[in-house]
Amino acid sequence: MSNASTGLAKRIIPCLDVRDGKVVKGVQFREHRIVGDIVELSMRYRDAGADELVLYDITASPESRLVDVSWVERIARVIDIPFCVAGGIRSVEAARRVLNSGADKISVNSPAIQNPQLIQQLAEAFGSQCVVVGIDSLQMNGDYLVKKMTGDPDKTADAGLRTLDWVEQVQALGAGEIVLNCMNQDGVRQGYDVPQLALVRSICQIPLIASGGAGQASHFRDVFQHAEVDGALAASIFHNQTLAIPDLKTFLTTESITVRT
Amino acid sequence: MNAPEVAIIDSGGANINSIVFALERLGCTPVFTQDWDQIQNASHVVLPGVGAAAAAMTHLTALGLAEKIPRLTQPVLGICLGMQLLFERSEEGDVAGLGVIPDTVGKMSHAPGITIPHMGWNQNQFAQVPVDSMFNGIPDNGFAYFVHSFSAPLGPWTIAKCRHGAWFSSMVCVRNFVGIQFHPERSGALGSELLKNFLQWECVSRV
Repeated sequence: MSNASTGLAKRIIPCLDVRDGKVVKGVQFREHRIVGDIVELSMRYRDAGADELVLYDITASPESRLVDVSWVERIARVIDIPFCVAGGIRSVEAARRVLNSGADKISVNSPAIQNPQLIQQLAEAFGSQCVVVGIDSLQMNGDYLVKKMTGDPDKTADAGLRTLDWVEQVQALGAGEIVLNCMNQDGVRQGYDVPQLALVRSICQIPLIASGGAGQASHFRDVFQHAEVDGALAASIFHNQTLAIPDLKTFLTTESITVRT
Repeated sequence: MNAPEVAIIDSGGANINSIVFALERLGCTPVFTQDWDQIQNASHVVLPGVGAAAAAMTHLTALGLAEKIPRLTQPVLGICLGMQLLFERSEEGDVAGLGVIPDTVGKMSHAPGITIPHMGWNQNQFAQVPVDSMFNGIPDNGFAYFVHSFSAPLGPWTIAKCRHGAWFSSMVCVRNFVGIQFHPERSGALGSELLKNFLQWECVSRV
């Protein structure tokens, strides 16, 4: 939906899973195959018109390992759109290494649940604009609940937080953006969780990015029009070449949604 | 023509590599420095800035650079916070800036449909007839990547503007100083063209 008081475009954000500096695709958690070189794939999405990239180190957080930052610098050298690094960042120092390597933002999830002050420390050290909080949210018993350690099914657990409470809290702590991954929709390609995202939108004054469920172009339209999110993140629909970003943007433009062309 | 010798002023922020790499892609070998001799002798100076205005001004003042930067005569480019520091004051921490531009940077306001930080791709609209060579090859209303919560009002120094709730200056120019609120190093082809234009800029500002 175009908003007359801002020319801000809705963002299309491919998410790449990274393991040992390679882009991988997981069929199940332990079954990852390498789908390509990280720099080559990042540039391919940049050329296709991606507005931003999220690079998610899928092994870092569950194994308590620090993100290896050498690949961050390799991407930063060639790419001229913003990118965010997620996974394994559990301290200000770790975040500093990633940002100094050329990443524009860092995203924290489970470490922020374990230590909410981390969000404030990161915002104070680098500014809110660098600090993205990822939230994995599951609909259960008529409420939305936060899950942690979702990178590993064996370790995934309740965080003991209601999603709406956590969204309020991370904003108060200085987060600059929220990526809400709606787990009920994740991987099923039936569309983003519009009701949940609309509910979170109503209490979220910082940029909100939808994640989980994209299966076709109309799903992006629906989440932009009805949940008024700032961006939509997707992985498999782009990696499988089910949907090309230029075609998606052409479609969204015909639906009167402002996108960068 | 000799390759430009670009000095990037170390204003204490993180994520300096993205601007270094962007200039390297254009064939420069920028130096990242706090040293006044290096800054003064560079053909082009970049004042970057990620972080808070007060921290950056404290840093520049402690280094003795805050009073010297406004006296530079070669092309100077302030990016994002670096542009905001060119102003007289910032409401962010209520701090004095470098004073090149006599106005105050203010906090952006929330409104329905207006999220803060202003983060993402927005349109950079020419505020004046684009006679300035900074705009060579740059489309009017082209999308550029913004990340900020404070913004500079419009004024006679505004050469491009952007709207997010209120209108604000997305590019300013005074004498040999040009400021860009968005991140040219992250604004795709448009940003790369702007940086290239800066490296060839003739400083023919009308203000």
